[in-house]
Amino acid sequence: MSIETSTYDVQAIRKDFPILANARPHAKPLVYLDNAASNQKPQVVIDAIAHYYTHQNSNVHRGIHHLSQVATLHYDAVREKVRDFFNAPSAQEIVFTSGNTDAINLVAQSYGGAFLSEGDEVVITEMEHHSNIVPWQMICEQTGAILRIAPMNDDGDVILEEYEAMLSEKTKFVGIVYVSNALGTVNPVKEMTRMAHDVGAVVLLDAAQAAPHLRIDVQELDCDFLSISPHKMCGPTGIGALYGKADLLDKMPPFKGGGDMILSVTFDETIYNEVPYKFEAGTPNIAGVIGLGAAIDYMMNIGLDQIEAHEAELLAYGTKILQQVDGLRMIGTAKHKAGVLGFVLDAAHPHDIGQILDGEGVAIRAGHHCAQPVMKHFGIPATSRASLSLYNTKQDLDALVVALGNVNEMFG
Amino acid sequence: MADQRALYQQVILDHNKSPRNYGEMECPDHKAEGYNALCGDQFTIYLKMGEGDVIEDITFEGAGCAISKSSASVMTTMLKGKTQAEAQQLFTGFTDMVTSDVDAPFDKDMVGKALVFSGVREYPVRVKCATLAWHTLMSALEDADGTISTE
Repeated sequence: MSIETSTYDVQAIRKDFPILANARPHAKPLVYLDNAASNQKPQVVIDAIAHYYTHQNSNVHRGIHHLSQVATLHYDAVREKVRDFFNAPSAQEIVFTSGNTDAINLVAQSYGGAFLSEGDEVVITEMEHHSNIVPWQMICEQTGAILRIAPMNDDGDVILEEYEAMLSEKTKFVGIVYVSNALGTVNPVKEMTRMAHDVGAVVLLDAAQAAPHLRIDVQELDCDFLSISPHKMCGPTGIGALYGKADLLDKMPPFKGGGDMILSVTFDETIYNEVPYKFEAGTPNIAGVIGLGAAIDYMMNIGLDQIEAHEAELLAYGTKILQQVDGLRMIGTAKHKAGVLGFVLDAAHPHDIGQILDGEGVAIRAGHHCAQPVMKHFGIPATSRASLSLYNTKQDLDALVVALGNVNEMFG
Repeated sequence: MADQRALYQQVILDHNKSPRNYGEMECPDHKAEGYNALCGDQFTIYLKMGEGDVIEDITFEGAGCAISKSSASVMTTMLKGKTQAEAQQLFTGFTDMVTSDVDAPFDKDMVGKALVFSGVREYPVRVKCATLAWHTLMSALEDADGTISTE
């Protein structure tokens, strides 16, 4: 599809984000390039949360009074928005969680706890975020299953032949990061999911870094589970969403016990509620869900394909101008990338780079990005990472390059 | 960039580029490793002790940001010929300085040439960088086993 990026009015979009004008780090204009950590919120999301607390606040699925019904209506309506965003078959297949990490832990503990046993294998890739490593280490420890790591090459691409060779009838579960937070690699998740299904494994896609940048279609991908991180896509923190195929969610035991996840409780027996409520114990983050709904509306109004095209143009531009900086080496050079520009600089350590850039109002991330195995692969302790969002401009990337010139001047 | 210059003083940039007393020591009396899990900074301090608990020689090696590396380098230049008690006093003076409030007074006589790190006070997240080598020194002097961390 060819998108006319000239119709993408990034200046108008920037006006939707009050912090971009309000924040003046060190009395400088804010150049926010730490979007992979958490991106900024448009006024409509901030307003939706305030509106909920100002006009609609109550508990959900509990009261017969007016406000509880209003809150329940708006809360459950967001489930339909998420379904639409994922192109999932049914809103029953959407579970609200406290975040992407919580969603993966839910799958690892509930599905893994029930269906993994000693000698089974779980396969993940070398470029996973810690959130898609540690939950699997924990459940493997508990069940006696074996965790296997599909390696990547020096561009930051999964070596597909090795991945495929690793899959066997022993493989019961596969966890794949859709887009790497440290490298920006967009993994061929549809193909990798098909390969896993060929051996009968169940597949989870960690789409935390994909959802802000790419259109997601769970039916086309045919993944069994997919999790997102709403605060990286214009939504609030403290909320997550998990897609799971209905037949799998149905047969999985609850993850947490408490209110709202039951149909009836006696001291002899508890009957669990139906999916998805079975997985939503306790009072949920209602305002967070409302905020997520507003964030999805906001992104879909702009157009997911338009956002993807704008960011692809920025990524190409950023890649080009960063390589003109003396002593700079990109970390993560996969052909298909989204949102992330990782690099190291000969003259300075990533933390010093981050510090100097901060003084210029340029916010980036420096560190291991919760992906220490990725750092180990490249033999470095840390990288600097500039990451993009729908409101970034070429001027933001120009400012980054100018500030990196200052780093070279100071440390060179 | 003016405020960043206050942090990255010329002495710091110089020690970062040309660290003093750098390298492994053969047959040290004490050695300790310091590790900063969040940053990945890692340094080893080697000590040779003389009579009367005097630090006869000190070297370091490892990798880290400019603040942690130059802090280790400056520290080694301050400690040769110092007793263990004097080293302890400098450690206290240094950690008091970098953890004090920005406008709070601190005893400049207690920190010697490590005064160039006073700018770290304005950047709380960098305090662990500046203090990593010093904590590792204390660990080496105590001959404690294992790896210390400023996390």
